[in-house]
Amino acid sequence: MAPSEGALLEARDLHARYGEIEAIRGVDLTVARGSIVALLGANGAGKTSTLRALTGTIKTTGTVVFAGRTLQRRTPEDAARIGIGHVPEGRGTLSSLSVWENLMLGAYCVSKRASVRARCDRVIGYFPWLAERKHQPAGTLSGGEQQMLAIARALMLEPQLLLLDEPSLGLGPKIVRDIFALLRTINQQDGVSILVAEQNATVALAVADHAYVLETGRVAVSGPSSELAGNDRVRRSYLGY
Amino acid sequence: MHDLAQQIVSGLATGSIFASMALALVLIYRAMGIINFAQGEMAMFTTYIAWQLVQNGMPMWAAFGATVLVAFVGGVALERLVIRPVERAPQLTVVIVTLGLFTAFNGLAGWFWGFIVKSFPTPFPTSPLQLGGVAFSAQDLGVIVVSLVTLGLISLFFQKTKLGLAMRAAALYPEESRMLGIRVGWMLALGWGLAAVVGAISGIMIAPVVFLDPNMMQTVIVYAFAAAVLGGIESPIGAVVGGLILGVGINLLGTYVDAIGNELRLAAALAVIVVVLMVKPAGLFGRATVQRV
Ligand SMILES: Nc1ncnc2c1ncn2[C@@H]1O[C@H](COP(=O)(O)OP(=O)(O)OP(=O)(O)O)[C@@H](O)[C@H]1O
Ligand SMILES: [Mg+2]
Repeated sequence: MAPSEGALLEARDLHARYGEIEAIRGVDLTVARGSIVALLGANGAGKTSTLRALTGTIKTTGTVVFAGRTLQRRTPEDAARIGIGHVPEGRGTLSSLSVWENLMLGAYCVSKRASVRARCDRVIGYFPWLAERKHQPAGTLSGGEQQMLAIARALMLEPQLLLLDEPSLGLGPKIVRDIFALLRTINQQDGVSILVAEQNATVALAVADHAYVLETGRVAVSGPSSELAGNDRVRRSYLGY
Repeated sequence: MHDLAQQIVSGLATGSIFASMALALVLIYRAMGIINFAQGEMAMFTTYIAWQLVQNGMPMWAAFGATVLVAFVGGVALERLVIRPVERAPQLTVVIVTLGLFTAFNGLAGWFWGFIVKSFPTPFPTSPLQLGGVAFSAQDLGVIVVSLVTLGLISLFFQKTKLGLAMRAAALYPEESRMLGIRVGWMLALGWGLAAVVGAISGIMIAPVVFLDPNMMQTVIVYAFAAAVLGGIESPIGAVVGGLILGVGINLLGTYVDAIGNELRLAAALAVIVVVLMVKPAGLFGRATVQRV
Protein backbone atom coordinates (compact mmCIF):
# COMPACT_ATOMS: atom_id res chain seq x y z
CA MET A 1 0.00 0.00 0.00
CA ALA A 2 1.45 3.35 -0.98
CA PRO A 3 1.04 6.00 1.69
CA SER A 4 -1.39 8.70 0.64
CA GLU A 5 -0.10 12.14 -0.12
CA GLY A 6 0.22 14.36 2.97
CA ALA A 7 -0.85 11.70 5.49
CA LEU A 8 0.63 11.97 8.99
CA LEU A 9 -1.07 8.86 10.28
CA GLU A 10 -2.42 6.04 8.23
CA ALA A 11 -4.02 2.96 9.77
CA ARG A 12 -5.13 -0.02 7.70
CA ASP A 13 -7.25 -2.99 8.72
CA LEU A 14 -6.93 -2.45 12.47
CA HIS A 15 -8.36 -5.21 14.63
CA ALA A 16 -8.39 -5.26 18.40
CA ARG A 17 -9.88 -7.57 20.99
CA TYR A 18 -10.36 -7.91 24.71
CA GLY A 19 -10.24 -11.67 25.22
CA GLU A 20 -13.22 -13.04 23.28
CA ILE A 21 -14.74 -9.63 22.51
CA GLU A 22 -13.72 -8.14 19.16
CA ALA A 23 -13.83 -4.41 19.82
CA ILE A 24 -12.78 -3.21 16.35
CA ARG A 25 -12.93 -5.20 13.14
CA GLY A 26 -10.95 -3.77 10.26
CA VAL A 27 -10.79 -0.01 10.78
CA ASP A 28 -9.07 2.09 8.08
CA LEU A 29 -8.33 5.67 8.90
CA THR A 30 -6.10 8.55 7.79
CA VAL A 31 -5.13 11.77 9.49
CA ALA A 32 -3.80 14.30 6.99
CA ARG A 33 -0.91 16.43 8.23
CA GLY A 34 -2.20 19.55 9.94
CA SER A 35 -5.82 18.44 10.03
CA ILE A 36 -8.41 17.77 12.73
CA VAL A 37 -10.17 14.45 12.40
CA ALA A 38 -13.22 13.42 14.42
CA LEU A 39 -13.92 9.80 15.34
CA LEU A 40 -17.63 9.57 16.06
CA GLY A 41 -19.83 6.76 17.29
CA ALA A 42 -22.22 5.65 19.99
CA ASN A 43 -21.36 3.93 23.26
CA GLY A 44 -19.28 0.82 22.63
CA ALA A 45 -18.76 1.58 18.93
CA GLY A 46 -15.01 1.17 19.33
CA LYS A 47 -13.67 4.74 19.52
CA THR A 48 -11.51 4.16 22.60
CA SER A 49 -10.35 0.83 21.25
CA THR A 50 -9.29 2.45 17.97
CA LEU A 51 -7.16 5.05 19.78
CA ARG A 52 -5.69 2.33 22.01
CA ALA A 53 -4.94 0.19 18.96
CA LEU A 54 -3.07 3.08 17.33
CA THR A 55 -0.76 3.43 20.35
CA GLY A 56 -0.54 -0.27 21.15
CA THR A 57 -2.25 -0.01 24.52
CA ILE A 58 -4.24 -3.14 23.61
CA LYS A 59 -3.40 -6.20 21.51
CA THR A 60 -3.94 -5.41 17.85
CA THR A 61 -3.27 -6.46 14.28
CA GLY A 62 -3.12 -4.21 11.24
CA THR A 63 -0.63 -1.64 10.00
CA VAL A 64 -0.04 1.85 11.28
CA VAL A 65 2.20 4.26 9.38
CA PHE A 66 3.13 7.43 11.27
CA ALA A 67 5.19 10.23 9.70
CA GLY A 68 6.33 7.85 6.97
CA ARG A 69 7.42 5.11 9.37
CA THR A 70 5.62 1.80 9.80
CA LEU A 71 5.12 1.13 13.51
CA GLN A 72 5.78 -2.57 13.87
CA ARG A 73 5.44 -3.48 17.54
CA ARG A 74 3.42 -0.64 18.96
CA THR A 75 3.63 0.29 22.65
CA PRO A 76 2.26 3.39 24.40
CA GLU A 77 5.79 4.36 25.55
CA ASP A 78 7.11 4.35 21.99
CA ALA A 79 4.05 6.20 20.69
CA ALA A 80 4.81 9.03 23.12
CA ARG A 81 8.48 9.00 22.18
CA ILE A 82 7.80 9.42 18.44
CA GLY A 83 5.43 12.33 19.04
CA ILE A 84 1.94 10.97 19.59
CA GLY A 85 0.33 12.62 22.62
CA HIS A 86 -2.58 10.66 24.09
CA VAL A 87 -5.23 12.27 26.28
CA PRO A 88 -6.99 9.11 27.41
CA GLU A 89 -10.61 8.47 28.30
CA GLY A 90 -11.13 9.72 31.85
CA ARG A 91 -8.22 12.21 31.41
CA GLY A 92 -5.49 10.08 32.99
CA THR A 93 -4.92 12.58 35.80
CA LEU A 94 -2.08 11.62 38.15
CA SER A 95 -4.32 12.77 40.96
CA SER A 96 -2.03 12.63 43.99
CA LEU A 97 0.76 14.49 42.14
CA SER A 98 0.73 18.26 41.84
CA VAL A 99 -0.40 20.14 38.75
CA TRP A 100 3.23 21.05 38.12
CA GLU A 101 4.41 17.45 38.43
CA ASN A 102 1.74 16.38 35.97
CA LEU A 103 3.04 18.94 33.48
CA MET A 104 6.68 17.97 34.00
CA LEU A 105 5.87 14.31 33.44
CA GLY A 106 4.28 15.32 30.15
CA ALA A 107 7.75 16.46 29.10
CA TYR A 108 9.40 13.27 30.38
CA CYS A 109 10.62 12.36 26.88
CA VAL A 110 11.89 15.86 26.08
CA SER A 111 15.53 15.82 27.10
CA LYS A 112 16.55 19.42 26.40
CA ARG A 113 15.87 21.69 29.39
CA ALA A 114 15.48 24.70 27.14
CA SER A 115 12.72 23.06 25.10
CA VAL A 116 10.91 22.02 28.28
CA ARG A 117 10.97 25.62 29.48
CA ALA A 118 9.83 26.99 26.12
CA ARG A 119 7.05 24.42 25.97
CA CYS A 120 6.02 25.27 29.50
CA ASP A 121 5.69 28.97 28.65
CA ARG A 122 3.62 28.13 25.60
CA VAL A 123 1.27 25.84 27.52
CA ILE A 124 0.86 28.38 30.31
CA GLY A 125 0.02 30.91 27.60
CA TYR A 126 -2.97 28.73 26.75
CA PHE A 127 -3.88 28.01 30.39
CA PRO A 128 -2.62 30.87 32.59
CA TRP A 129 -4.36 29.42 35.68
CA LEU A 130 -1.96 26.45 35.63
CA ALA A 131 0.86 28.67 36.89
CA GLU A 132 -1.18 29.94 39.85
CA ARG A 133 -2.26 26.48 40.92
CA LYS A 134 0.85 24.50 40.21
CA HIS A 135 1.29 23.19 43.77
CA GLN A 136 -2.29 21.95 44.04
CA PRO A 137 -2.83 18.15 43.87
CA ALA A 138 -4.17 17.51 40.36
CA GLY A 139 -6.98 15.34 41.73
CA THR A 140 -8.54 18.37 43.44
CA LEU A 141 -9.12 20.22 40.14
CA SER A 142 -12.62 20.29 38.64
CA GLY A 143 -13.44 17.96 35.76
CA GLY A 144 -13.00 20.69 33.16
CA GLU A 145 -9.70 21.78 34.68
CA GLN A 146 -8.46 18.19 34.71
CA GLN A 147 -9.36 17.90 31.03
CA MET A 148 -7.38 21.05 30.28
CA LEU A 149 -4.47 19.80 32.38
CA ALA A 150 -4.52 16.55 30.41
CA ILE A 151 -4.33 18.52 27.15
CA ALA A 152 -1.60 20.78 28.53
CA ARG A 153 0.36 17.75 29.70
CA ALA A 154 0.10 16.11 26.27
CA LEU A 155 1.26 19.37 24.64
CA MET A 156 4.41 19.35 26.79
CA LEU A 157 5.56 16.46 24.63
CA GLU A 158 5.49 18.72 21.55
CA PRO A 159 3.43 16.12 19.77
CA GLN A 160 2.96 15.96 16.02
CA LEU A 161 -0.32 14.21 16.61
CA LEU A 162 -2.69 14.63 19.54
CA LEU A 163 -5.18 11.84 20.31
CA LEU A 164 -8.10 12.85 22.52
CA ASP A 165 -10.70 10.46 23.87
CA GLU A 166 -14.06 12.14 24.56
CA PRO A 167 -12.79 15.43 25.97
CA SER A 168 -16.43 16.54 26.43
CA LEU A 169 -17.33 13.67 28.77
CA GLY A 170 -19.09 14.91 31.89
CA LEU A 171 -18.50 18.61 31.16
CA GLY A 172 -20.96 21.47 30.75
CA PRO A 173 -21.68 22.95 27.29
CA LYS A 174 -19.70 26.14 27.89
CA ILE A 175 -16.51 24.32 28.89
CA VAL A 176 -16.94 21.89 26.00
CA ARG A 177 -17.13 24.80 23.54
CA ASP A 178 -14.03 26.37 25.13
CA ILE A 179 -12.09 23.14 24.87
CA PHE A 180 -12.94 22.60 21.22
CA ALA A 181 -12.16 26.21 20.38
CA LEU A 182 -8.81 25.67 22.05
CA LEU A 183 -8.17 22.52 20.00
CA ARG A 184 -8.75 24.62 16.89
CA THR A 185 -6.21 27.20 18.12
CA ILE A 186 -3.61 24.59 18.99
CA ASN A 187 -4.10 23.02 15.58
CA GLN A 188 -3.66 26.32 13.74
CA GLN A 189 -0.95 27.97 15.81
CA ASP A 190 1.23 24.99 16.70
CA GLY A 191 0.49 22.87 13.66
CA VAL A 192 -0.49 19.88 15.80
CA SER A 193 -2.66 17.37 13.96
CA ILE A 194 -5.57 16.12 16.04
CA LEU A 195 -7.62 12.93 16.15
CA VAL A 196 -10.51 13.35 18.55
CA ALA A 197 -12.99 10.63 19.55
CA GLU A 198 -16.39 12.05 20.50
CA GLN A 199 -19.99 11.11 21.12
CA ASN A 200 -20.90 14.76 20.91
CA ALA A 201 -20.97 14.88 17.11
CA THR A 202 -22.28 18.41 16.80
CA VAL A 203 -19.38 20.05 18.54
CA ALA A 204 -16.79 17.71 17.02
CA LEU A 205 -18.02 18.19 13.45
CA ALA A 206 -17.93 21.95 13.93
CA VAL A 207 -14.15 21.98 14.33
CA ALA A 208 -13.07 18.87 12.41
CA ASP A 209 -11.97 18.86 8.79
CA HIS A 210 -12.76 15.20 8.31
CA ALA A 211 -14.78 12.62 10.25
CA TYR A 212 -15.27 8.89 10.60
CA VAL A 213 -18.35 7.31 12.09
CA LEU A 214 -17.81 3.96 13.81
CA GLU A 215 -20.53 1.37 14.29
CA THR A 216 -19.86 -1.92 16.11
CA GLY A 217 -16.16 -1.80 15.41
CA ARG A 218 -16.27 -0.78 11.73
CA VAL A 219 -16.21 2.51 9.85
CA ALA A 220 -19.81 3.03 8.75
CA VAL A 221 -19.46 6.43 7.06
CA SER A 222 -16.57 8.81 6.50
CA GLY A 223 -15.93 12.06 4.68
CA PRO A 224 -15.34 15.77 5.07
CA SER A 225 -17.15 17.15 8.13
CA SER A 226 -19.37 19.45 6.13
CA GLU A 227 -20.58 16.50 4.04
CA LEU A 228 -21.21 14.34 7.11
CA ALA A 229 -23.10 17.11 8.84
CA GLY A 230 -25.46 17.08 5.85
CA ASN A 231 -25.68 13.29 5.61
CA ASP A 232 -29.19 12.13 6.57
CA ARG A 233 -28.11 8.94 8.26
CA VAL A 234 -25.49 10.74 10.34
CA ARG A 235 -27.93 13.49 11.21
CA ARG A 236 -30.59 11.07 12.39
CA SER A 237 -28.25 8.82 14.36
CA TYR A 238 -25.79 11.28 15.83
CA LEU A 239 -26.97 14.84 15.50
CA GLY A 240 -30.56 14.26 16.50
CA TYR A 241 -32.34 16.54 13.99
CA MET B 1 20.29 11.99 82.54
CA HIS B 2 23.52 11.10 80.78
CA ASP B 3 22.41 7.56 80.69
CA LEU B 4 19.07 8.50 79.15
CA ALA B 5 20.77 10.57 76.41
CA GLN B 6 23.06 7.67 75.62
CA GLN B 7 20.15 5.27 75.47
CA ILE B 8 18.23 7.56 73.14
CA VAL B 9 21.20 7.96 70.79
CA SER B 10 21.80 4.26 70.78
CA GLY B 11 18.08 3.75 70.09
CA LEU B 12 18.24 6.23 67.21
CA ALA B 13 21.17 4.26 65.78
CA THR B 14 19.26 0.97 65.64
CA GLY B 15 16.14 2.93 64.75
CA SER B 16 17.80 4.46 61.71
CA ILE B 17 18.67 0.96 60.52
CA PHE B 18 15.04 -0.14 60.99
CA ALA B 19 14.02 3.05 59.19
CA SER B 20 16.27 2.31 56.22
CA MET B 21 15.15 -1.29 55.88
CA ALA B 22 11.52 -0.22 56.32
CA LEU B 23 11.97 2.34 53.55
CA ALA B 24 13.37 -0.39 51.28
CA LEU B 25 10.25 -2.47 51.96
CA VAL B 26 7.95 0.51 51.32
CA LEU B 27 9.68 1.38 48.02
CA ILE B 28 8.86 -2.05 46.63
CA TYR B 29 5.46 -2.21 48.28
CA ARG B 30 4.40 1.03 46.60
CA ALA B 31 5.54 -0.15 43.20
CA MET B 32 4.26 -3.72 43.35
CA GLY B 33 1.83 -4.04 46.24
CA ILE B 34 3.84 -6.83 47.84
CA ILE B 35 6.31 -7.25 50.68
CA ASN B 36 9.73 -8.31 49.45
CA PHE B 37 10.55 -11.02 51.95
CA ALA B 38 14.07 -11.29 50.54
CA GLN B 39 14.93 -7.69 51.47
CA GLY B 40 16.84 -8.64 54.63
CA GLU B 41 18.71 -11.48 52.98
CA MET B 42 19.70 -9.25 50.06
CA ALA B 43 21.17 -6.84 52.63
CA MET B 44 22.97 -9.69 54.40
CA PHE B 45 24.41 -11.01 51.15
CA THR B 46 25.77 -7.64 50.08
CA THR B 47 27.26 -7.18 53.56
CA TYR B 48 29.21 -10.41 53.01
CA ILE B 49 30.47 -8.94 49.73
CA ALA B 50 31.73 -5.90 51.63
CA TRP B 51 33.40 -8.18 54.18
CA GLN B 52 35.07 -10.19 51.39
CA LEU B 53 36.38 -7.00 49.76
CA VAL B 54 37.86 -5.86 53.09
CA GLN B 55 39.41 -9.32 53.58
CA ASN B 56 41.01 -8.95 50.15
CA GLY B 57 42.67 -5.79 51.34
CA MET B 58 40.33 -3.04 50.20
CA PRO B 59 40.02 -0.05 52.58
CA MET B 60 36.71 -0.04 54.47
CA TRP B 61 35.14 2.99 52.80
CA ALA B 62 36.20 1.86 49.32
CA ALA B 63 34.58 -1.50 50.03
CA PHE B 64 31.47 0.38 51.16
CA GLY B 65 31.31 2.26 47.84
CA ALA B 66 31.98 -0.83 45.75
CA THR B 67 29.31 -2.78 47.63
CA VAL B 68 26.74 -0.06 47.08
CA LEU B 69 27.47 -0.26 43.36
CA VAL B 70 27.24 -4.06 43.30
CA ALA B 71 23.98 -3.89 45.27
CA PHE B 72 22.46 -1.45 42.79
CA VAL B 73 23.38 -3.51 39.74
CA GLY B 74 22.38 -6.70 41.54
CA GLY B 75 19.00 -5.27 42.56
CA VAL B 76 18.24 -4.12 39.02
CA ALA B 77 19.34 -7.47 37.58
CA LEU B 78 17.25 -9.38 40.11
CA GLU B 79 14.13 -7.48 39.08
CA ARG B 80 14.79 -7.91 35.37
CA LEU B 81 15.70 -11.60 35.54
CA VAL B 82 13.61 -13.02 38.38
CA ILE B 83 10.70 -10.66 39.13
CA ARG B 84 9.88 -9.50 35.63
CA PRO B 85 8.79 -12.95 34.37
CA VAL B 86 6.15 -13.07 37.14
CA GLU B 87 5.23 -9.35 37.01
CA ARG B 88 1.75 -10.04 35.68
CA ALA B 89 1.18 -13.14 37.79
CA PRO B 90 -1.07 -12.95 40.88
CA GLN B 91 0.59 -11.11 43.77
CA LEU B 92 0.78 -14.30 45.81
CA THR B 93 3.06 -15.76 43.12
CA VAL B 94 5.40 -12.79 43.40
CA VAL B 95 5.43 -13.14 47.20
CA ILE B 96 6.39 -16.81 46.84
CA VAL B 97 9.20 -15.81 44.47
CA THR B 98 10.58 -13.37 47.06
CA LEU B 99 10.39 -16.16 49.67
CA GLY B 100 12.36 -18.29 47.22
CA LEU B 101 14.95 -15.52 46.95
CA PHE B 102 15.10 -15.43 50.75
CA THR B 103 16.13 -19.08 50.99
CA ALA B 104 18.40 -18.78 47.95
CA PHE B 105 20.41 -15.89 49.40
CA ASN B 106 20.53 -17.45 52.85
CA GLY B 107 21.73 -20.78 51.43
CA LEU B 108 24.22 -19.19 49.05
CA ALA B 109 25.77 -17.08 51.82
CA GLY B 110 26.13 -20.15 54.02
CA TRP B 111 27.65 -22.10 51.13
CA PHE B 112 30.15 -19.39 50.17
CA TRP B 113 31.09 -18.09 53.60
CA GLY B 114 29.90 -20.71 56.11
CA PHE B 115 27.44 -20.37 58.98
CA ILE B 116 30.07 -19.46 61.57
CA VAL B 117 29.61 -15.98 63.01
CA LYS B 118 32.30 -13.53 61.81
CA SER B 119 33.24 -10.17 63.23
CA PHE B 120 32.83 -7.21 60.90
CA PRO B 121 35.16 -4.19 61.04
CA THR B 122 33.52 -0.92 62.02
CA PRO B 123 34.12 1.96 59.63
CA PHE B 124 33.97 4.39 62.57
CA PRO B 125 36.43 5.32 65.36
CA THR B 126 36.25 2.98 68.36
CA SER B 127 36.80 5.59 71.06
CA PRO B 128 33.69 7.43 72.28
CA LEU B 129 32.92 11.00 71.26
CA GLN B 130 32.31 13.66 73.92
CA LEU B 131 29.27 15.82 73.17
CA GLY B 132 28.11 18.29 75.82
CA GLY B 133 29.91 16.36 78.52
CA VAL B 134 28.32 13.03 77.60
CA ALA B 135 30.27 10.21 75.96
CA PHE B 136 28.51 8.77 72.94
CA SER B 137 29.56 5.73 70.98
CA ALA B 138 31.11 6.86 67.69
CA GLN B 139 29.62 3.78 66.08
CA ASP B 140 26.10 4.91 67.07
CA LEU B 141 26.64 8.47 65.87
CA GLY B 142 28.23 7.25 62.63
CA VAL B 143 25.33 4.92 61.92
CA ILE B 144 22.84 7.72 62.52
CA VAL B 145 24.68 10.13 60.23
CA VAL B 146 25.18 7.63 57.40
CA SER B 147 21.58 6.40 57.55
CA LEU B 148 20.06 9.86 57.69
CA VAL B 149 22.27 11.07 54.83
CA THR B 150 21.17 8.05 52.78
CA LEU B 151 17.50 8.66 53.54
CA GLY B 152 17.92 12.37 52.79
CA LEU B 153 19.55 11.68 49.42
CA ILE B 154 16.81 9.24 48.49
CA SER B 155 14.16 11.74 49.43
CA LEU B 156 15.88 14.46 47.36
CA PHE B 157 16.11 12.06 44.45
CA PHE B 158 12.37 11.33 44.55
CA GLN B 159 11.31 14.93 45.15
CA LYS B 160 13.73 16.89 42.99
CA THR B 161 14.75 14.83 39.98
CA LYS B 162 12.83 14.01 36.83
CA LEU B 163 13.73 10.33 37.15
CA GLY B 164 12.56 10.24 40.76
CA LEU B 165 9.28 11.87 39.76
CA ALA B 166 8.85 9.36 36.94
CA MET B 167 9.46 6.49 39.40
CA ARG B 168 6.78 7.82 41.72
CA ALA B 169 4.34 8.20 38.83
CA ALA B 170 5.13 4.74 37.50
CA ALA B 171 4.49 3.17 40.90
CA LEU B 172 1.16 4.92 41.43
CA TYR B 173 -0.19 5.21 37.88
CA PRO B 174 1.47 2.62 35.62
CA GLU B 175 -0.99 2.83 32.69
CA GLU B 176 -1.06 6.63 32.55
CA SER B 177 2.72 6.78 32.93
CA ARG B 178 3.26 4.55 29.91
CA MET B 179 1.23 6.98 27.80
CA LEU B 180 3.68 9.71 28.79
CA GLY B 181 6.59 7.63 27.49
CA ILE B 182 7.82 6.36 30.88
CA ARG B 183 9.25 2.85 30.72
CA VAL B 184 7.42 1.51 33.75
CA GLY B 185 9.24 -1.83 33.82
CA TRP B 186 12.62 -0.11 34.10
CA MET B 187 11.33 2.19 36.82
CA LEU B 188 10.44 -0.91 38.81
CA ALA B 189 13.92 -2.32 38.25
CA LEU B 190 15.45 0.97 39.42
CA GLY B 191 13.28 0.71 42.53
CA TRP B 192 14.75 -2.72 43.25
CA GLY B 193 18.22 -1.31 42.69
CA LEU B 194 17.60 1.50 45.18
CA ALA B 195 16.06 -0.85 47.74
CA ALA B 196 19.11 -3.11 47.44
CA VAL B 197 21.44 -0.13 47.95
CA VAL B 198 19.59 0.97 51.09
CA GLY B 199 19.75 -2.62 52.33
CA ALA B 200 23.48 -2.91 51.68
CA ILE B 201 24.17 0.30 53.59
CA SER B 202 22.03 -0.89 56.51
CA GLY B 203 23.80 -4.25 56.53
CA ILE B 204 27.25 -2.69 56.65
CA MET B 205 26.15 -0.29 59.37
CA ILE B 206 24.69 -2.93 61.64
CA ALA B 207 27.15 -5.79 61.00
CA PRO B 208 29.80 -4.49 63.49
CA VAL B 209 27.10 -4.69 66.20
CA VAL B 210 25.19 -7.89 65.40
CA PHE B 211 28.17 -9.61 63.70
CA LEU B 212 28.15 -11.29 60.33
CA ASP B 213 26.23 -14.49 59.78
CA PRO B 214 23.64 -15.60 57.22
CA ASN B 215 20.78 -15.00 59.68
CA MET B 216 21.99 -11.59 60.85
CA MET B 217 19.15 -9.56 59.27
CA GLN B 218 16.24 -11.72 60.34
CA THR B 219 15.38 -9.90 63.56
CA VAL B 220 16.12 -6.55 61.90
CA ILE B 221 13.71 -7.24 59.06
CA VAL B 222 10.91 -8.12 61.49
CA TYR B 223 11.45 -4.76 63.19
CA ALA B 224 11.62 -3.05 59.80
CA PHE B 225 8.35 -4.63 58.78
CA ALA B 226 6.81 -3.54 62.07
CA ALA B 227 8.16 -0.02 61.50
CA ALA B 228 6.68 0.12 58.01
CA VAL B 229 3.28 -1.03 59.24
CA LEU B 230 3.45 1.38 62.16
CA GLY B 231 4.19 4.31 59.85
CA GLY B 232 1.71 3.26 57.19
CA ILE B 233 2.97 0.75 54.64
CA GLU B 234 2.44 3.14 51.68
CA SER B 235 4.30 6.05 53.29
CA PRO B 236 8.09 6.52 52.98
CA ILE B 237 8.10 9.18 55.70
CA GLY B 238 6.01 6.89 57.86
CA ALA B 239 8.57 4.12 57.43
CA VAL B 240 11.39 6.37 58.60
CA VAL B 241 9.48 7.83 61.56
CA GLY B 242 8.18 4.35 62.46
CA GLY B 243 11.73 2.97 62.42
CA LEU B 244 13.10 5.72 64.66
CA ILE B 245 10.22 5.44 67.16
CA LEU B 246 10.66 1.69 67.27
CA GLY B 247 14.43 1.90 67.75
CA VAL B 248 14.25 4.37 70.60
CA GLY B 249 11.19 2.70 72.09
CA ILE B 250 12.63 -0.79 72.37
CA ASN B 251 15.91 0.53 73.70
CA LEU B 252 14.19 2.45 76.49
CA LEU B 253 11.78 -0.40 77.23
CA GLY B 254 14.63 -2.90 77.41
CA THR B 255 16.74 -0.66 79.64
CA TYR B 256 14.27 0.90 82.03
CA VAL B 257 11.50 -1.66 82.36
CA ASP B 258 13.17 -4.50 84.23
CA ALA B 259 10.46 -7.04 83.57
CA ILE B 260 10.99 -6.72 79.81
CA GLY B 261 14.76 -6.89 79.40
CA ASN B 262 16.40 -7.97 76.18
CA GLU B 263 14.42 -11.12 75.54
CA LEU B 264 10.95 -9.62 75.51
CA ARG B 265 11.77 -6.42 73.62
CA LEU B 266 10.50 -7.68 70.28
CA ALA B 267 7.28 -8.98 71.78
CA ALA B 268 6.73 -5.75 73.73
CA ALA B 269 7.35 -3.63 70.63
CA LEU B 270 4.93 -5.68 68.58
CA ALA B 271 2.30 -5.39 71.30
CA VAL B 272 2.61 -1.60 71.22
CA ILE B 273 2.23 -1.64 67.44
CA VAL B 274 -0.89 -3.77 67.61
CA VAL B 275 -2.40 -1.22 69.98
CA VAL B 276 -1.46 1.69 67.69
CA LEU B 277 -2.97 -0.06 64.70
CA MET B 278 -6.20 -0.68 66.59
CA VAL B 279 -6.51 3.08 67.00
CA LYS B 280 -5.13 4.01 63.56
CA PRO B 281 -5.53 1.03 61.22
CA ALA B 282 -3.72 2.70 58.28
CA GLY B 283 -0.64 3.46 60.40
CA LEU B 284 0.60 6.79 61.69
CA PHE B 285 1.14 8.33 58.23
CA GLY B 286 -1.14 6.15 56.13
CA ARG B 287 -4.31 7.42 54.58
CA ALA B 288 -7.41 5.67 55.86
CA THR B 289 -8.76 5.15 52.37
CA VAL B 290 -5.72 3.58 50.73
CA GLN B 291 -6.93 1.49 47.87
CA ARG B 292 -4.99 0.03 45.00
CA VAL B 293 -6.83 0.27 41.70
N1 LIG C 1 -11.55 -3.50 29.03
C1 LIG C 1 -12.48 -4.10 28.26
N2 LIG C 1 -12.74 -5.42 28.44
C2 LIG C 1 -13.65 -6.04 27.67
N3 LIG C 1 -14.35 -5.46 26.72
C3 LIG C 1 -14.15 -4.15 26.49
C4 LIG C 1 -13.20 -3.41 27.25
N4 LIG C 1 -13.19 -2.13 26.82
C5 LIG C 1 -14.11 -2.09 25.83
N5 LIG C 1 -14.68 -3.29 25.62
C6 LIG C 1 -15.70 -3.61 24.61
O1 LIG C 1 -15.20 -3.26 23.33
C7 LIG C 1 -16.19 -2.63 22.55
C8 LIG C 1 -15.71 -1.26 22.10
O2 LIG C 1 -15.53 -0.44 23.26
P1 LIG C 1 -14.87 0.99 23.25
O3 LIG C 1 -14.56 1.33 24.64
O4 LIG C 1 -13.78 1.00 22.26
O5 LIG C 1 -16.07 1.87 22.72
P2 LIG C 1 -16.23 3.44 22.72
O6 LIG C 1 -16.70 3.80 21.36
O7 LIG C 1 -15.02 4.10 23.22
O8 LIG C 1 -17.44 3.63 23.75
P3 LIG C 1 -17.71 4.83 24.79
O9 LIG C 1 -18.34 5.94 24.02
O10 LIG C 1 -18.65 4.22 25.77
O11 LIG C 1 -16.40 5.20 25.40
C9 LIG C 1 -17.44 -2.59 23.41
O12 LIG C 1 -18.26 -3.69 23.02
C10 LIG C 1 -16.95 -2.78 24.79
O13 LIG C 1 -17.90 -3.46 25.57
MG1 LIG D 1 -14.61 5.31 24.83
